[in-house]
Amino acid sequence: MKFTVQDPCQLVRKTFGDPVADDLRYVVKAVVGEENFIDMWPNKSNNYCCGGGGGYLQSGYTEARRYYGKRKDEQIKDTGATYVIAPCHNCHAQIHDLSEHYGGGYHVVHLWTLIALSLGMLGENEREYLGEDLCDCGLCTVDDE
Amino acid sequence: MSDTKANHPTKLARPSGLSFKDKVAELLPEGGNLNLCLTCGACSAGCPATGLEGMDPRKFLRMAALGMDEELTTTPWVWMCSMCTRCVHVCPMRINIPQLVYHARKSWPEDKKPRGIVNSCNAAMKTEGFSAMGASSEDFKFVVEDMVEEVRESQPGQENLEAPMDKHGATYFLNQNSREPVTEPDEMVPLWKILNMAGCDWTYGSVGWAAENYCMFEADDEKWEQIVRTKIKAVEDLGCKYWLNTE
Repeated sequence: MKFTVQDPCQLVRKTFGDPVADDLRYVVKAVVGEENFIDMWPNKSNNYCCGGGGGYLQSGYTEARRYYGKRKDEQIKDTGATYVIAPCHNCHAQIHDLSEHYGGGYHVVHLWTLIALSLGMLGENEREYLGEDLCDCGLCTVDDE
Repeated sequence: MSDTKANHPTKLARPSGLSFKDKVAELLPEGGNLNLCLTCGACSAGCPATGLEGMDPRKFLRMAALGMDEELTTTPWVWMCSMCTRCVHVCPMRINIPQLVYHARKSWPEDKKPRGIVNSCNAAMKTEGFSAMGASSEDFKFVVEDMVEEVRESQPGQENLEAPMDKHGATYFLNQNSREPVTEPDEMVPLWKILNMAGCDWTYGSVGWAAENYCMFEADDEKWEQIVRTKIKAVEDLGCKYWLNTE
């Protein structure tokens, strides 16, 4: 099971730069395990916008938005990851739509979902975006390992 | 290549007075470096909006340099650029193309701007929380309290979960995107759990609680400034040290 992460433009390129992108990866690796993390390319300040920003999701230009997002979709598919961590709302909504529209089938989750899951405190109703492989994780008493 | 206006030979009309580019340059630090383009194309090569409406960032800037103001201020491409600033990041001359796009958006009459963006901005202006989905502060407070109570009762270990509202003197004032309280309130819970587990002293506020600001995407300066100023005042009125806005 592999995880990749989207660098939100607002957080990374437009505000705190690569240091916050490194912090983000520190947290992600601590949560999913370093060997399960795979970065997309290019990344950090050089990463591409997903196409959900700037009001795109509400603009009505759906076809253009998906054309724009194709580059993000291909970047994600190239990693082979089954989970994309999207620490931004617009990214979450857009990448979720890209996964369905282009048939990638990868799951898109908020960072907080995986942090809470790794801490063993993710409730049953808080698993909307997890795939079948993780949606029961930590809920039953059987040790999967 | 699509058959758009931008792909046909164009007669250049010499604009009298300042061109659109010059007017925008006057507003930006260092004039946005708008006159420094080397035409290298690094911006366009790395722009996901390249090709839409027969446009790309370099072309947009060249058209500005040539004074093609009517084309610049009417192309719907300005709504297909997300103003992500990757073009500035890779530009050897740090040219602020997204600000040129922003001001082109601004020049559109309100009734021609994308309805979804305009409606989201107008909805926000009607609530004290500035919710683009039009959710009132009462509704927000109700949903939050309802969720906290439910989690406290149903999830072992979460008996002391808190999601404070208008807590004076809290260290962090946290904004919340309207999407969660309105369409998927369960998604707020993991965030609260993490904050509480970390011992973080935080609060929501009934004034300016919504994180989004569609008036900025609409390029309505007066409205987006009012939203930001009111939110800052709400943070200060509660005596909070930090304003956390993830948008």
